[in-house]
Amino acid sequence: MAVITYRQALHDTLREEMLADEDVFLIGEEIGVFEGSYKITAGLLDEFGEKRVRDTPIAEEGFIGAAVGAAMQGLRPVAELMTINFSLIALDQIVNHAAKIYGMFGGQCSVPMVMRTPGGGGQQLGATHSQNIELYYAFVPGLKVVAPSTPADAKALLRASIADNDPVLFLENLALYNTKGEVPDTAEPAEIGKAAVTRPGSDITIIGYSRMATVAHQVAEKLQEEEGISAEVVDLRSLRPLDRETLVESVRRTNCAVIAEDDWLTYGIGAEIAASISDGAFDSLDAPVRRVAAAEVPLPYAKPLERAALPSAESLTTAVHETLDAVGRRR
Amino acid sequence: MTEIHMPRLSDTMEEGVIASWRKQVGEHINRGDVVAEIETDKAIMEMEAYDEGVLEKILIGEGQTAPIGTPIGLMGDGSGSAAAAEPAGNGSAQQAQPAQPESGQQEQAAAPAAPSAGQEAAAQKAAGTNSGDTARPKASPLAKAVAKDRGVDLTNVTGSGPNGRIIRADIDAAAVEQPAAPAAQASAPSAESPASGAPAASSAATGDDVEEIPLGNIRKVTARRLTESKQQAPHFYLTSAVDVTDLVAFRADLNERLQAAGGPKVSLNDLVVKAVATALRANPSLNVSFAGDKLLQHKRVHLGVAVAIDSGLVVPVIPDTDRKSVSEIAAEGREKAERARAGKLKPDEMTGSTFSVSNLGMFGIEEFTAVINPPEAGILAVGETKDEVQVRDGEFVARKMLRVTLSADHRAVDGAVGAVFLQQLTGLLEDPIRIIA
Repeated sequence: MAVITYRQALHDTLREEMLADEDVFLIGEEIGVFEGSYKITAGLLDEFGEKRVRDTPIAEEGFIGAAVGAAMQGLRPVAELMTINFSLIALDQIVNHAAKIYGMFGGQCSVPMVMRTPGGGGQQLGATHSQNIELYYAFVPGLKVVAPSTPADAKALLRASIADNDPVLFLENLALYNTKGEVPDTAEPAEIGKAAVTRPGSDITIIGYSRMATVAHQVAEKLQEEEGISAEVVDLRSLRPLDRETLVESVRRTNCAVIAEDDWLTYGIGAEIAASISDGAFDSLDAPVRRVAAAEVPLPYAKPLERAALPSAESLTTAVHETLDAVGRRR
Repeated sequence: MTEIHMPRLSDTMEEGVIASWRKQVGEHINRGDVVAEIETDKAIMEMEAYDEGVLEKILIGEGQTAPIGTPIGLMGDGSGSAAAAEPAGNGSAQQAQPAQPESGQQEQAAAPAAPSAGQEAAAQKAAGTNSGDTARPKASPLAKAVAKDRGVDLTNVTGSGPNGRIIRADIDAAAVEQPAAPAAQASAPSAESPASGAPAASSAATGDDVEEIPLGNIRKVTARRLTESKQQAPHFYLTSAVDVTDLVAFRADLNERLQAAGGPKVSLNDLVVKAVATALRANPSLNVSFAGDKLLQHKRVHLGVAVAIDSGLVVPVIPDTDRKSVSEIAAEGREKAERARAGKLKPDEMTGSTFSVSNLGMFGIEEFTAVINPPEAGILAVGETKDEVQVRDGEFVARKMLRVTLSADHRAVDGAVGAVFLQQLTGLLEDPIRIIA
C-alpha cells in the first residue's frame, strides 16, 4: 500500500481509467498543454493524445455541454472545471440538461459524465474563487455529488464516479491536494452514497465532508488524547445520495452531534444533516445539533480575515466542548 | 370470543411484560400451545393456552406491560367476530386496560419521586433563573425517552442543562434514588453560576464517572420488596453467640460417615438450616405472617435460603424443611442454588417460604442483621465460625463461636418469642446430635 497525495491519487485514477476504457476522455480548460491548473492531468496529453485529453476555450457552458452530448452518445467524459466557482457559468448545462435528460426522455439515454472540480477557501483567492457551493448541485435530483476527503477515497470514489451512469459532480478541495494518505494498490470503487465512520467514538458525533472531515478527524484525535473525549467522526463522502442511515445510527449511539462544514451556515449542507438527525434520532438527542460553518460573508482576501471566516479545528473543538457541557459529559 | 388474560405466574407478580407473542393473529391455537412468553418479576415463562381457537387480536404488544388478569389477546372462531365484537362487548374493560399499566408505572415512579423532595427544593431555588416554566418541564428528547423508560416523573427533576433543560444525566441522577447526591448536584449550579458553566460542575459528579446499569427485573423486585419490608415491618434484632465447637466436630464426624457410605457431604449451613427448621417447629408463633388485621399461622415449615446471584438476591425454598434429613436439605439446597445462579429456578420454587436463613459466614462476616423477606415474620442472619477465647468455670478455653442474629417483625412477634426461639436454636446447635434426632 502506497502513501501518496490526494493529487497523485486523482492523477493515477484518471490514467488507469483511461487505460482501462477507451470511452473515457478528459475535457476542460488548460488540462492538456498546461497539465491542469492543479496538475492533476500532468503527462496525460502526451500519453493519450489530443483526442482523449481535450483542451477547450474558456467557455464552461460550452465544454460541459459538449461533455453532456458526448455522454449521451456513449462516451464517458471527465470534465475538469477549474474551480467550482466557474461551474456557475455552466449551471444550465449541469442542472437543466445533465441532471434531467435521463428522466425527461424516459430513460432512452443516460449521461455518464463526471465533473471534477475543486472548491473551498483558504488560499487567498478572493470571494469569487473561494466558494463552497456544492450545495447548489447536491440540491438537484438527477445529479450525484461526491466529496472525498482522503487520497484513498479520492481514488475509490473517482473510479465509482467514472463507472456511474449518472452525471456526478466530483468535489475536490484545494486544501486537500497535497494531503497524503495510504491508498490500496488495487482500490475497489467505493459505493456512492455511503458515509464512513472514520473514527468510532461514544461521547459525540462529529459529521463533516471534504476538508472538514479531515479537520474533524484531527479534532477527535486531539480530544481523545488530551481530554479523554471519545468523539465519533462520520465522513459523509457523498452529499447526494446522502447516507442518512449512518448519520442517524451514529447519533443514536452518542446522543449528540456537531456538524462541520466549509459552506455557509444558513440553508447549508449542515441544515440538511441536522434535519435528518432530528427526523431519525429525535428521541436519542440529549442536546440540540450544532453546526460549525463559515462566516456568512463573501470570503475575505486578507489572510487573517479569511482565516477567521473559515471554520477551524479551534471553532470545532469549542462547539464540541459546548455541546458536551450542555449534556454534562465533559470530562 | 375468548379473552386471553395476563396470567399470574408467581405470588409476587403484579404485572407481566409480553416478552414475545409466539402466535400470530389469524393463527389457530390448540389447548396447551405456547401462546406467548411472559416476563414476570422473576423469570420469562411460557404461557399456554387453556382454550382452542383462532388468535384474532393482540391487545398487548411485545414489550408492553399489563397487570394480572388484563386481557392481552382475543381468540375467536377465525371469522374476526371476536376482534369486531371487542369494542362493543368489552369496550369499557379495554378502555380501562391501557390505563392500568400506566397507573402502575406511575406508582413505580412514585418511588424515585418521593425521595426527590430535596431536588424540588433545589428547583425552587433555581426558579429565579428558570423563569418558572414548571407546567411543561424542558427536557431533551433523550431525557424524555429515558425518563419514560424508567418511570421518572420529569416534574420532579431539576434540569442542569442550558436554560434549565433536563438532560439524560439528570434522569440518571434522579433514578439512582439517592436524594442527597442529586439534590446537592442540582443545587450547585444554581448557587454558584446560574448562567453558564454550571453543567460542567454537575458533570464532574455524574456522567463520565458513572456507568449506568439498567435494573433487571430481579433487582427491581429485590429493591421494591426489601424497601417495603424495611418501611412496613418494624424490625427488631436478637443476637446469640453459639458455641459450635461440638457442631464443627459433629459435622466432621458426620461427613466422614456420609462419605464412607458414598453420600455427599453436608455443610455447617445445612445443619443450621435443619436446626432452624426444628426450632421453628417447636416455636410455631414465629412461623407466622402479619396480614394487616390478622396473623397467618403457617402449619408447615418452609425455609428460604438466601443466595446471592449476579442480578440480585434470590431465595430458593426448601419445602417442609423440618421433615427433611440434613442430607436431603444439603442436596436440595445445593441443587436449587445452582439453578438460581443459572436463572433457571421456577417462580414457585422461590415463593411460599415461611422463614429465611441468610449466611454470610463464608465472606468472613462475624455477625450482621438481615432484612425480613416479606411476608415472613423473621430471618436468621448467620455469621462466620471463629476460634475465640471463652471463659468456662473461671478458665480460659478455646472454643469455636458462631453468631446468629434474628430479625423479627414486631407486628407479628414479640421479643420473648424470638428469644425463646434463639434459646432453643442455640441449644440444638450446641448439642448437635439433637439436630438429626
